[in-house]
Amino acid sequence: MKQFSLLSRRAAALFLTPAGLLVAVFVLLPFFWVIVVSFTNRTLLGVTAVHPDFVGLQNYIRLFNPSTFFTRGQFGSSLIITTQFVLLSALIGQALLGLLLAWLMQAIPPALKRAVEAAVIGAWILPEVVIGFAWFAFLDYDNGTLNMILTALGLPRGDFLLQQPFWVIVIFNTWRGAAFSMMLFNSAFSSIPPSYFQAADVAGASSFQKFRDIALPLIRGHVVTDLILITMWTFNVFTPFLLTHGGPAYRTELLSIYNYRVAFKDFEFGQGSAVGVIIMLINLVLALIYLSIGRRRSKAEREAAAS
Amino acid sequence: MKLTTPQFLSRVGFSAFAAILGALFALPLIWFIFAPFNARAEMGLALPDPFTFSNFETVFGNSLAIHALLNSLIEGVGAVIVVGIAATLAAYALSRSSIPGKGAVTYILLLFSSVVSGSAAMVPIFLIVSALGLIDTQVAVILVFAGGLLPTAMFILRDFIDGIPKSYEESAMVAGASPVQAFFDVALPVIRPGIVVVVVWAFVNVWGGFLIPFILLRSSEQMPASVAIYSFYSEAGTPIVTLLAAYSLIYSLPVIALYLFVSWRFGFRFFGGIKA
Repeated sequence: MKQFSLLSRRAAALFLTPAGLLVAVFVLLPFFWVIVVSFTNRTLLGVTAVHPDFVGLQNYIRLFNPSTFFTRGQFGSSLIITTQFVLLSALIGQALLGLLLAWLMQAIPPALKRAVEAAVIGAWILPEVVIGFAWFAFLDYDNGTLNMILTALGLPRGDFLLQQPFWVIVIFNTWRGAAFSMMLFNSAFSSIPPSYFQAADVAGASSFQKFRDIALPLIRGHVVTDLILITMWTFNVFTPFLLTHGGPAYRTELLSIYNYRVAFKDFEFGQGSAVGVIIMLINLVLALIYLSIGRRRSKAEREAAAS
Repeated sequence: MKLTTPQFLSRVGFSAFAAILGALFALPLIWFIFAPFNARAEMGLALPDPFTFSNFETVFGNSLAIHALLNSLIEGVGAVIVVGIAATLAAYALSRSSIPGKGAVTYILLLFSSVVSGSAAMVPIFLIVSALGLIDTQVAVILVFAGGLLPTAMFILRDFIDGIPKSYEESAMVAGASPVQAFFDVALPVIRPGIVVVVVWAFVNVWGGFLIPFILLRSSEQMPASVAIYSFYSEAGTPIVTLLAAYSLIYSLPVIALYLFVSWRFGFRFFGGIKA
């Protein structure tokens, strides 16, 4: 069949113009501009704000300077904190908790299911500043909810934002983001034909056996999608800033917060841009993996449909 | 179906486990439910004593607080209009025209939109907005959000339009409608549910967004609720908790309402897939 188009090319170009302009100026241009600025000593204030000099790779050399790389508050330390944060809060915390919640949801009464979902999804949809204050109150040393519970249980209370700030943001981000994984796995599980599980029931399989031998192999594609998406989001997240401001003593300074401090607290735009370029490079690798998996899957689906 | 004893026990075990997890998720939010109605609210958890609505009166009597909510509304509605119109037009063109490289355009847009995050591009976004002379304006916040949200919005809408048979518009054009008429009178009403989802998603993102207005806005008159909330501190530097708690609740209501609306109208899985 000849491809008949409803819209002439000229009309299509016109339709694409507003979106094209906005995306060009606020998505494509920043991508290239951040690379350009990262090779200069541009600052927010002073002479170099108006007339920045080209400094070559100096900003990158400073970031990767081996003598300060692992020092707290420096780039390498922030990179390590971010990697641990992504591993623990997204790949382990959100994904496993989401998987567990989704599996439990398959077997509990609808009323309980709705209540649990409300709590998990509430953590996810409320605005980040509200969540920030709620957690601030939750962790309050004197009368916060957590310390009240610990006291009631006869356990020592703690000033967790000062004593264990890194674990606070890990648990915080797990709590905040588990809803997405739960919903994704929920819809994955409900796409499995019930007859598979009924057959296993007849054979006397336990819930864990059904999970391991039937459900998990069938949702492997969803697991990969979930892991990449939550990695990308967690890697770029700025929300922990609202809880800790990157402190105390830079112990929760994720790359996004480090970038903010260098650029908007120290006013070093060139240096900040170099950090931005590295964040984008890592994003690029993650996005390419994600898109190539998506493409391979849709190609496989097309071939399956054609055969 | 009758359950055997072990099956029944595992059911009970599952329910108990799920209930415990749900309770753990709810714990950090309990304060947020009690404190707005507590006349003596502090950071500690306490039952409202005395129970009151006076905290809300304080919010409505605070001109900065109300002004900030209004700014959030301007930014949200502004971005929604820009994203709604631009994404619909572009998605329709990508779906219904024969311009070359349509697939590549969508692919590249998705790639860039996930690479250029706010955390990575805060410096160039700030520089571009200053070069345009738009620092400390609502327009800047609206345009930056719109640019960032557009690729995903276009992708969702394009998928949606691809699923609508072309015969709708074709029959209108056989009956003598121009392509533009076919778009406005025939296609647009059919696409509307897709636009509603995109618009709600965009609004929730802008309404809750912190980093972009935090960087681009300077003066307190311009600040949306997400940034202005940090100015509710006493002269001693301690947060005015009664005001903060009530304000947080008011500020959260539109998000909760929109969420309930979308999950009632479309089922929440749809909404779930497109957040962030």
